[in-house]
Amino acid sequence: MASILRFRKLCYVEPVKFQFFQPQKFGKKEETVATEAKTALENCEKRNKRQPKERSCVNSCCCVIGYMCTTWWLLLVLFECLPAAFPGFQVPESPGTRLKREGLIALHPVVLVPGIVTGGLELWEGKPCAEGLFRKRLWGGSFTEVLKRPLCLLEHLALHNETGLDPPGIRLRAVPGLVAADYFAPGYFVWAVLIENLAKIGYEGKNMHMAAYDWRLSFQNTEIRDQTLSRLKSQIELMYVTNGYKKVVVVPHSMGVIYFLHFLKWVETPPPMGGGGGPGWCSKHIKSIMNIGPVFLGVPKAVSNLFSAEAKDMASIRAMDPGVLDSEILRLQALEHVMRVTRTWDSIASLLPKGGETVWGNLDWSPEEGYACDLSKKRYLQASAGDKDTNGSDVKMDFHVKESNKYGRIISFGKETLQLPSSQLPTIDTKEFLGTRTNRNTNSSCGGEVWTEYDEMCRETIRKIAENKPYTARTALDLLRFVAPKMMQRVDSHLSYGIADNLDDPKYTRYKHWSNPLETKLPDAPDIEIYCSYGVGIPTERSYVYKLSPNDRCRSIPFRIDSSVDGDEDSCLSGGVHLTDGDETVPVISAGFMCAKGWRGRTRFNPSGIATFIREYRHKPPASLLEGRGLESGAHVDIMGNFALIEDVLRVAAGATGAEIGGDRVHSDIFRMSDRIDLRL
Amino acid sequence: MALIRRRKPNEPSKTSVQREEEEEEEDNSKNKYPKKSYKKSKPKWSCLDNCCWFVGCICVTWWVLLFLYNVMPASFPQYVTEAITGPMPDPPGVKLRKEGLKAKHPVVFVPGIVTGGLELWEGHQCADGLFRKRLWGGAFGEVYRRPLCWVEHMSLDNETGLDPPGIRVRPVCGLVAADYFAPGYFVWAVLIANLARIGYEEKTMYMASYDWRLSFQNTEVRDQTLSRIKSNIELMVATNGGNKAVIIPHSMGALYFLHFMKWVEAPAPMGGGGGPDWCAKHIKAVMNIGGPFLGVPKAVSGLFSAEAKDIAVARAIAPGVLDKDLFGFQTMQHIMRMSRTWDSTMSMIPKGGATIWGDLDWSPEEGYVPGKRKQKNADTQKASQDGLESNISQIKRTNYGRIISFGKDVAEALSSDIERIDFRDAVKGQSVANTSCRDVWTEYHDMGFGGIKAVAEYKVYTAGSILDLLHFVAPKMMERGSAHFSYGIADDLDNPKYQHYKYWSNPLETKLPNAPEMEIFSLYGVGIPTERSYVYKLSPSAECAIPFQIDSSADEQYEDSCLKGGVYTVDGDETVPVLSSGFMCAKGWRGKTRFNPSGSQMFIREYDHSPPTNLLEGRGTQSGAHVDIMGNFALIEDIMRVAAGATGEELGGDQVYSDIFKWSEKIHLQL
Repeated sequence: MASILRFRKLCYVEPVKFQFFQPQKFGKKEETVATEAKTALENCEKRNKRQPKERSCVNSCCCVIGYMCTTWWLLLVLFECLPAAFPGFQVPESPGTRLKREGLIALHPVVLVPGIVTGGLELWEGKPCAEGLFRKRLWGGSFTEVLKRPLCLLEHLALHNETGLDPPGIRLRAVPGLVAADYFAPGYFVWAVLIENLAKIGYEGKNMHMAAYDWRLSFQNTEIRDQTLSRLKSQIELMYVTNGYKKVVVVPHSMGVIYFLHFLKWVETPPPMGGGGGPGWCSKHIKSIMNIGPVFLGVPKAVSNLFSAEAKDMASIRAMDPGVLDSEILRLQALEHVMRVTRTWDSIASLLPKGGETVWGNLDWSPEEGYACDLSKKRYLQASAGDKDTNGSDVKMDFHVKESNKYGRIISFGKETLQLPSSQLPTIDTKEFLGTRTNRNTNSSCGGEVWTEYDEMCRETIRKIAENKPYTARTALDLLRFVAPKMMQRVDSHLSYGIADNLDDPKYTRYKHWSNPLETKLPDAPDIEIYCSYGVGIPTERSYVYKLSPNDRCRSIPFRIDSSVDGDEDSCLSGGVHLTDGDETVPVISAGFMCAKGWRGRTRFNPSGIATFIREYRHKPPASLLEGRGLESGAHVDIMGNFALIEDVLRVAAGATGAEIGGDRVHSDIFRMSDRIDLRL
Repeated sequence: MALIRRRKPNEPSKTSVQREEEEEEEDNSKNKYPKKSYKKSKPKWSCLDNCCWFVGCICVTWWVLLFLYNVMPASFPQYVTEAITGPMPDPPGVKLRKEGLKAKHPVVFVPGIVTGGLELWEGHQCADGLFRKRLWGGAFGEVYRRPLCWVEHMSLDNETGLDPPGIRVRPVCGLVAADYFAPGYFVWAVLIANLARIGYEEKTMYMASYDWRLSFQNTEVRDQTLSRIKSNIELMVATNGGNKAVIIPHSMGALYFLHFMKWVEAPAPMGGGGGPDWCAKHIKAVMNIGGPFLGVPKAVSGLFSAEAKDIAVARAIAPGVLDKDLFGFQTMQHIMRMSRTWDSTMSMIPKGGATIWGDLDWSPEEGYVPGKRKQKNADTQKASQDGLESNISQIKRTNYGRIISFGKDVAEALSSDIERIDFRDAVKGQSVANTSCRDVWTEYHDMGFGGIKAVAEYKVYTAGSILDLLHFVAPKMMERGSAHFSYGIADDLDNPKYQHYKYWSNPLETKLPNAPEMEIFSLYGVGIPTERSYVYKLSPSAECAIPFQIDSSADEQYEDSCLKGGVYTVDGDETVPVLSSGFMCAKGWRGKTRFNPSGSQMFIREYDHSPPTNLLEGRGTQSGAHVDIMGNFALIEDIMRVAAGATGEELGGDQVYSDIFKWSEKIHLQL
């Protein structure tokens, strides 16, 4: 900027010079340099025809650019001069300021645990192609490097295919400190708003800690490679001591929720595998856990992501402009590359749906059945009247009974499979063809390195997969084990997706069960409070309709979401994706079930009777553009700027209990859905 | 920005002209360019459009250059450099990696004064929108935009030395705190990059950033910084298989870490309660880079008149600029008011008094001639000092001991010739400050003419009487400071009074911890003239200004002199004289002394300054300057070897270019 300004300074001097030679030079010529923005090009053509040597074309171009630059600068100046508070637009007072006036001050230290994708990653050691990027962010930040050298970046982001750790010669590490996840990209806040509000009531570096971790790794591997869990333990202990022995309020977001669940088990387990904090550690150090947008039971999105590297947004792009994603732009098979990289990330697998058919429904049944999307839209339009809504939904439910959504079929091939009752479906068990996998002989024509494990499968097997039609949460896992055996083998040693029959079985002391709430007990800490805070009112992906990809090209992904499949107007099926209530990423059932039923009261998952609270925030899109991403948003990430949520966090951090902030606050059908889930407690 | 703003007033007229013109042009196009209308519009057209044309040209060139710059391969500048100067030596990281060195001991950096970043957590109205933005370090954009607001936020409370009400400025944490001070001006970045080459990363490196404005104990009181450092070192030692930490303090960080080592072993209410063998258990080596153990004379002039050599030079070149009311604020006074609220500057006032720094007639460095060093550089191998010694005796001796003297003649006179009138009991006159000076209040205004005159009458101040002088001119500041720092020499270290934290950062009043295996290194640059004592004069303008300033007209006639622009210089790294950075390791702690009862090993590593040969080298890979030494390849190599497990002996023991041992001999300190 400075240098531009310096040039501009010159331009005051320059006109004088020009006036000297201008009349002589141009006066002689018949033509004059007409330089108005609109006519410039016309003039240009004409003059070129007549007098090819004339410089005027270049001149007028320059002139046009000059005009544009000047206007741009003027606008910039005006923008700078703009008063901070725009006259017409009243910025509502931030919760921090208001609560400060109420007299709230920082009491409990706060630990923020970011989720997947939002944390920054920086390069510590790389291949020659990443020269000059030492300690620069490869992930998060402005992503300029992605555009400059995409392949190099992907190579560095990928982990080792077998160990799930660093590939040789590459070290990519999590950015530490609050900067790790305050903004994901410039202007796109994640934690920044919450941090700012906490600061208003007196929080600062010493009583606020961002537990940044490398979100690509499986949870136990963050400890093995970076000692992240040890660090977190030591930080919590330090903050506990230096803040006058005040317990810590933990605020995990998204995947951070299950990461922290893992931590809770890890820290009390004896040393070789765990942190050796002893059985009383959690109750001594933790006041409450305020999970934001929790993914306790996983998200269906993770299945489609691992299966075909796409989700709703990707499918709709494809629908709008078929070919863009498949064409080899710059010899770049975007999706295939993305799949190759994401399949090396163990953490994505940690988001696969847990609890199988018991929680997510089977071929005929699902806990959410009867949920009507169209209705829900209407419901949001008339936001106020709560009682009416519930009545209305009952009525509407009857309507929908005949063609209720089969949410339980997480992946189905072809639309007709959806409608068929389970008895008419082909009954090949997934287990059956697990053995029939043929070896890597088919795609030899492609040669070279194998990218995804699809390259090792022959077309026939692929067709067989499609013939098996629908997959439930349980069989979808088998499906993944079949199409990506190596990945799932790696993952299965770190994660588990079942429901424990007997929690006292010694096998559940292994760390692979720690992040699954259905296979672990909460720590023995009756004073802790657990909150499930999440947004509702946004259609959220729940199950998918797939088709075989027509493309037979090398290294292509053989399956894709069938975006041509649409339901009736008020159906939840659109673009090949079944939608249900949630926060755009996490369905309500995953976010709320544990707090609503699994842990409520004294259950076998919660033997010490830790109090749980559900705090739902109804999504309300921003009223105007000036509001940015909305002060009342319920979307998965945007909820971090939701004033009501921030206020709750601030109050708890300043010492309030769950009962004091109002106990449960429910908008969705979470309790009714939970009741339908038949889980032994 | 300012330029744009200045342009703004012309702008409406311009747009109106433009609009007229557009209309005209539209007419033109309708008439299919009849010649008449061309002639009409021409005069108007040429001025404005040429302007725009020019702007356009420049924009285009700018974009093209930008584009080229972005397209340019990253290794291009290096290629050019190598083409001009021949192949560059491998950076130490690459070289040592080839040798097979691997990360072993966790490393802790302790940044010095000024180099650490500070960010805003809570501020007044005027600092809106700066939340968590750097006020110190980084681009310093805010200093220019709202200087008064900035000064207000950077100042501390005048009485407590802590935050003023409603303002919270906190140190940036993590490696980013001090890797670059400003964009492109590295501090720790080169060292970090080289350490990363042999396998260091965030989990094995820790930047112990602290608020360098506070007194050392206050960092613990306000931010619990010392507790944090303790906990982090413990964590790093535990997670790295029990390998002890290597500590690398720079500049004031050396004093800060000295304070830490005492604090961590002291029992709980005042200290960290780590027990008497904490240091022995957790620390392998302390590698002080340019540590001002005994203070720096620069701190005196900074506190006394908010200036140092560089500012005195600026004043000499353009007298009046600094004193003028630029934009209505009095720069120097504001700086002085701000920096006097920072307790940390007082930690660097020369310690040890006349015993160390010399008295009226004597100083350990006497006989030092800058020319000698130059010659020595020329024929580096031979240290034929005897011949040179005789030359020196003929030259007038410099009285370095007189840290402040009023007038050049006083600085040179024999001590018996100086008439001194004691200032200590002088009556401070009525306040001369008129109301217009209120907002730049410094304690000088309380002194009145009487006090100022008394100060000048005393003529000469040594390291001992400097303290009295500061107590006299800035009583409040020194009162605050003397609760946190002490500058004496202990007679009996076992005296229970030395358990107080104010002695912990003075190496002459504390014992080193009981850790016989711990090694202490003193790494510093030599070969740059460094400020040692000053010639002052009364400032001519008495109104709001600071009444004293360095007499930059005081120059010696012949070339070899140490006096230049009112400042006597001596060997050092441009900021810290050799005496201060080297004495403790050369003598005070060497062997088993009363300051080092457990006999920890000491090593001196000096790095001879050689300026960068050309511009492309940047700040040089062999620099010895106080901050630039952090990019010195030899120093980095030493640090990396120690971090990878080498001992001081394996590095080659002492490496000395200066006369530090000779000078240390001259100091009579009971050991």
